[in-house]
Amino acid sequence: MKILVTAKRVTDPDSKIVIKPDGSLDLDGVDFRMNYFCEIAVEEALRIQENLDDVEVVAVAIGDEEATKEVRTALAMGADRGILVECDEAKLDSDLVARILVKVVEEEEPDLIIMGKQAVDGDNNQVGQLLAEYLGWPQATFAYKVELEGETAAKVQREVDGGVETVHLTFPAVITTDLRLNEPRYASLPGIMKAKRKKLDVFEPDDFDIELEQKVEVVGYKAPPSRQAGVTVDSVDALLDKLANEAKVI
Amino acid sequence: MSKILVLAEQQFGKLANATFSAIGAARQLAEKTGASYDIALAGQGIGGLAEQLGAYGAGTIYVLEDASLEKYTAQAYAQAFHSAAKASGATFVVAAATAIGKDCTPRVAARLGAGQASDVVAINGSGGALTYTRPMWAGNVLGEVKINTDIQVLTVRGSDFDAAEATGGSSAVEKIAAGVDAGSLRMTYVGLDAVESSRPALTDADVVISGGRGLKEASNFKLVEELADLLGGAVGATRAVVDAGWVPNDWQVGQTGKVVAPKLYIAVGISGAIQHLAGMKGSKTIVAINKDPEAPIFQVADYGLVADLFEVVPELTSKLKARAG
Ligand SMILES: Cc1cc2nc3c(=O)[nH]c(=O)nc-3n(C[C@H](O)[C@H](O)[C@H](O)COP(=O)(O)OP(=O)(O)OC[C@H]3O[C@@H](n4cnc5c(N)ncnc54)[C@H](O)[C@@H]3O)c2cc1C
Repeated sequence: MKILVTAKRVTDPDSKIVIKPDGSLDLDGVDFRMNYFCEIAVEEALRIQENLDDVEVVAVAIGDEEATKEVRTALAMGADRGILVECDEAKLDSDLVARILVKVVEEEEPDLIIMGKQAVDGDNNQVGQLLAEYLGWPQATFAYKVELEGETAAKVQREVDGGVETVHLTFPAVITTDLRLNEPRYASLPGIMKAKRKKLDVFEPDDFDIELEQKVEVVGYKAPPSRQAGVTVDSVDALLDKLANEAKVI
Repeated sequence: MSKILVLAEQQFGKLANATFSAIGAARQLAEKTGASYDIALAGQGIGGLAEQLGAYGAGTIYVLEDASLEKYTAQAYAQAFHSAAKASGATFVVAAATAIGKDCTPRVAARLGAGQASDVVAINGSGGALTYTRPMWAGNVLGEVKINTDIQVLTVRGSDFDAAEATGGSSAVEKIAAGVDAGSLRMTYVGLDAVESSRPALTDADVVISGGRGLKEASNFKLVEELADLLGGAVGATRAVVDAGWVPNDWQVGQTGKVVAPKLYIAVGISGAIQHLAGMKGSKTIVAINKDPEAPIFQVADYGLVADLFEVVPELTSKLKARAG
């Protein structure tokens, strides 16, 4: 069985993102790391590998050359092989990422794709679903628990509005991860050493005959409206007074 | 000629409230483009719901019924909604950014060859030059995006578009073939482990009381629940306490959980991480109760009470009870 996982490079969620006066983003000095939801995806694939014979885990990233680091991190966690599709990240949108992944899937023919439900930079929450539709595959987004039935199907519990839904998928299929699917492991030192020798192929969109034509384009960024500074109240009575007489919400 | 199609959301024979916010967004789009809007409704045995939707000013309600649509699955519903988009000649497709909306809509966009803007909070411009505002980086940044395809697909946040009111009248109801290729479906719905609650839904409630790790342990969450019940509110939580298994997943508020914008939000023992703020900072009035005066939650709070929650929350609850008489 072969599992394809994604390892997207994103800004560290704890970094402050500054918007320049011209409306572009200042990412100088910002730290980068693997998208947390992708780490969960890599972890889930590795757990499946540990439970079954002969599972190959291939990690793929699409982005700048720097994204090699995230592929290496996935390899250090335990993935067997890496792929980087190198391109200018600023020229991508969710749809292009999905269409590039379609090409990778055609090459690799995985039985299962596990990826993050969203990347914590763009927060689009689209690529897994787009990819599944382009491939004509079933999907289970927002996975909370994945139970394999041999190597050909899975029951997936999903975090949805109002509870946890269970769906049954016949492979090949796409699964996108939610926060509570697992707790991703850290790469061990031997893992990091081993990762250096693992195979990592680099492609360009040209190799797949894909033109980087965006369907969705960001034309500018701005800061969200900031809230008026509030006041500190010193007692429950003072709070109740404010809520009743000023905010008029009770 | 522009034409808007709203993808209605129904499950178990009930329309999702968020659908009415999506209709609200469609009305804004209609005003800006001069287009009219239709609504697509998919399922099985849903005639009554079509009737209900008919009072919201749409030109046509397209009804897609098929055995494969009895229960929601992304694959079948995307095929059905695609059929409706084709039948209506839609140039805009609008859905609510709910779990189902997020799950299904990109598949519809893929079938239409359309670009999609997710989680839209504002529609800007007019005529053929529209842009959409959407939060990125956990709401640290608002991106303004433009869609370059002939058909534009949006999911919209219920917290930012007022639910449409019924306008009376009745739309034409048109049953069309769902066009689902049963042989292509490789997923089935198995079941829902529902969080039973008599409280209002988080995303619809006027009052939300949320608890965080400051509550120390699961059993203390009842302090939050009592306060919520007294105010007729919903209960929310941070990721930290959902991960700890204190409360259902469905209660998580934030970047990767639910986005709420009630009239009153009370954060109890919550530090105010950016990922949490992303889900609640649009609330009208925010109260923070935290014993750490430096906690970032105070930066978004209208009223901050620096105190031990175990003292002040019971006091707040009992004084509110006394007021209610
Ligand atoms: C990819 C990603 C996605 C995330 N998505 C979300 C999300 O959607 N929603 C979300 O909420 N988080 C999310 N998080 C997690 C987020 O970063 C924080 O870790 C989390 O919100 C913290 O929860 P908390 O405020 O309950 O806990 P803490 O940060 O531990 O805060 C507890 C607070 O309680 C106060 N306190 C303690 N004792 C008392 C007392 N006796 N009286 C009064 N106050 C007291 C403390 O002063 C402290 O401020 C995400 C993180 C990542 C990396």
